[in-house]
Amino acid sequence: MTTDRTIAPAPRTQRSRFDVDWSRVARQGALAGLLLAFIAAIGMVTILDSRTIIDPWLSLGYLSLLWVPVLFGFSAAHEPTPDGGPQPLKGERDLVAGLATGALAGLYFTFFIVVIDRFDLTDIFSNLLPRLVVLLTFGRPMMEAAAIWIIGFALLGLVGGAAQVASLTARRALSWAVTSVIIVAMLEAVITDLSQGLHVEFITDFMYAKTGGLTTASAVLLAAVGAAAGYQSSGKTIAERRQERMSLPKEILFRRNAIAAGVTVLLVIFVPMVVGSLTNELFANVGLFVLMGLGLNIVVGSAGLLDLGYVAFFAVGAYTTAVLTSPLSPYWMPTLELNFLSWEGWIIVGVVLIMAGISGILVGTPVIRLRGDYLAIVTLGFGEIVRILFLSDWLAPYFGGAQGITNIPGASLGPVEINGTNSQAIFYLIAVFVAIAIYVAWRLQRSRTGRAWSALREDEDVAEAMGINTTAVKLTAFVTGAILASFAGMIFAVKVGSVFPASFKLLVSIIILVVVIVGGMGSIPGVIVGAIVLIGVLGGPTQPGLLQEFGQFKLLIYGALLVIMMLKRPEGLWPSMRRQRELHQDEMSQDAWLTANPGALDDGDDA
Amino acid sequence: MTEILVIDQLRKGFGGVQALDGVDFHINKGEIVSVIGPNGAGKTSFFNTITGYFQPDSGSIIFNGLNIGGHHPHEITELGIARTFQNVRLFPNMTVLENVMVAQHSRTSTGIFGTLLNTRGFRKEEKEIEERGKEILSFFGKRLKGYRWDQPAFVLSYANRRRLEIARAMATQPELLLLDEPTAGMNPRETAEMTELINKLRDERGLTVVVIEHEMRVVKEVSDRVVVLDHGVKIAEGDYQTVSTDPDVIEAYLGRPAGAANE
Repeated sequence: MTTDRTIAPAPRTQRSRFDVDWSRVARQGALAGLLLAFIAAIGMVTILDSRTIIDPWLSLGYLSLLWVPVLFGFSAAHEPTPDGGPQPLKGERDLVAGLATGALAGLYFTFFIVVIDRFDLTDIFSNLLPRLVVLLTFGRPMMEAAAIWIIGFALLGLVGGAAQVASLTARRALSWAVTSVIIVAMLEAVITDLSQGLHVEFITDFMYAKTGGLTTASAVLLAAVGAAAGYQSSGKTIAERRQERMSLPKEILFRRNAIAAGVTVLLVIFVPMVVGSLTNELFANVGLFVLMGLGLNIVVGSAGLLDLGYVAFFAVGAYTTAVLTSPLSPYWMPTLELNFLSWEGWIIVGVVLIMAGISGILVGTPVIRLRGDYLAIVTLGFGEIVRILFLSDWLAPYFGGAQGITNIPGASLGPVEINGTNSQAIFYLIAVFVAIAIYVAWRLQRSRTGRAWSALREDEDVAEAMGINTTAVKLTAFVTGAILASFAGMIFAVKVGSVFPASFKLLVSIIILVVVIVGGMGSIPGVIVGAIVLIGVLGGPTQPGLLQEFGQFKLLIYGALLVIMMLKRPEGLWPSMRRQRELHQDEMSQDAWLTANPGALDDGDDA
Repeated sequence: MTEILVIDQLRKGFGGVQALDGVDFHINKGEIVSVIGPNGAGKTSFFNTITGYFQPDSGSIIFNGLNIGGHHPHEITELGIARTFQNVRLFPNMTVLENVMVAQHSRTSTGIFGTLLNTRGFRKEEKEIEERGKEILSFFGKRLKGYRWDQPAFVLSYANRRRLEIARAMATQPELLLLDEPTAGMNPRETAEMTELINKLRDERGLTVVVIEHEMRVVKEVSDRVVVLDHGVKIAEGDYQTVSTDPDVIEAYLGRPAGAANE
């Protein structure tokens, strides 16, 4: 791969270019074919075809197929190094393996196309519509389409195989080029919106085609820029950069962090002013999940209590607001106005806070003695109980049952109306609460309470022996998390204007948890990144994301992403130091052993 | 001589096994007492019952005039009994300093609101916690100092983990320290150092110490008094010389009367 590899002794230098692990190729080819058929059969190709990436010839639908042979070609050409054995020599055989895998995948996929063309399988797979066949055959005769797929996939497999051989720089340049094209194409809506706000439409007019998607010229340009950037980049992994950053002197680190925080704050303040309401709506959804994620992060990330019923507190906040403010709330009559400049508004905030605290204690107390899996299952039950209580006929006189409570008026800040139609104002409201939540989470991390949470997470028995009242500390975590979620609920009620039990399903809890896990447990920036990636790009449980077309496949992608993350990067996208340590303990203790200053090695032997 | 801990007829059973079968025990302020006995004699159960992990079936545990039987472990720690564990149980992903800081939980009071408002009291207390933590770590000489403060506990060597565990117990500011096999797994030099350290705990820190120990050299060096448990019963008590020649003790260790001392 790299030049230094050639120096390594390689006993198998004299290898034919056809000395390929054919069984591996066959396996990878079959898997690729299966995956391709699966992607087509669930309707991804048909539905995502409406989203153009590069006008006029590449849509997201095709893109959802094209990555497969590249990846499997890459994987088939990979030769596992026997433990301690010589590095296998890279060379032509890798290209052959990639090519063969791609061709095989194409062959299987062609077979699939022929099958769905000949037989009507729509009873089983409702997405196998005739349109899919048209798409997959490009409206040409079957033989031509087959040739295109097989040759095309073989070439893509070749690219994958070549990536094994190519130098790191080349690989990086290629991946940067592809990534930048795809990202810019996917961000079309936001970038267009932004350029309109800034009155520089001519840029996006050039970049994007009238019917959506990048123009071919701009795609080529972007790819070139991306490749150049990738070629120039140092190629360090995020973890390496992090390590480097950590070793910087504290003052420089602090200054850098301060600058980054300042820029973020400025962006949060000014970007919503220039973008349109749809983008603001997107930001608001992300912000709502950041708020809930930060709350859950305290419970799960800091204190280590796996709470699967977190949506309950979100529901409590939303219903409390609805009951107090809606003129249609069936029980409570003197409606209050959520005006942040009058005492009425602050009464509502106070009541939401108190209700969240009470429900946190109510849910927390019975489960406090439970640990691990048991805690997770019981909280899961509580989450459902809360939803079913709001749904029940028994409490319908108070909460409206399945009809919920509608006509929730917006909030206001003096003369400024904050409601669902003014997504910019909603976003600012959320941003304020997120800022509060970040402050709370950040301060608590380095405090007596925060340390007690960490101790609780690491070893509950020992924490107790060290004088920590685990019951009280757990309840604090539950209540703090509950309060943040209930504020999110309050804003949700204001934003949507109505609350129904159906909005507070288990799925919401799960998605908040996935945001925290994918972002990085216990890490504040991690939660924000997680929410941007998942909620912003893919969309929330009911909220559309940037890729609205993914709507149907959201959960599939969430699941796949979760599996990949757990395998490849269990500490999350932006992990906290502690969690990273925890998951890489072995490596780190070895590093500490190897890199320790010999003079500082005073562990017993040189006393 | 004031008795700091008095235990009377302590019983604890698990199903058919009587781990503690009417143990009487007392320790005076400033004393170092070793608890020895063969494996399964009930030594660790004895510690676990004192520190509130197990509820005693009967009998009383009087600490400074207060019956602590049935209290929660954290309450007992707050009253002034700290312990270490036989298999070292640190908070591995917290740093060395954090391990010592978190143990001061029961001696400090700032709540969430103080933290959030960043009150002067909070800042003062945080500073005190940190300084006290560093001071306690400096008790172990250079071993847990300086660059070690910010290292996660899991990178420490085995002996240093044992030391940190003692430091953490000290950070709860106890009067009585229970050490469960402090030298297990240590090499002779580390063991000798630990022996010295246990004596220092009393002499410099004014702590009263109960040690469970298998290494007889350590027992001999540190103990004012030795208590021998076997099958949950106290079979002997007295200074090291008396106990090591006691026929019952020798029988408990070797299974039959034998001429030679076992160590």
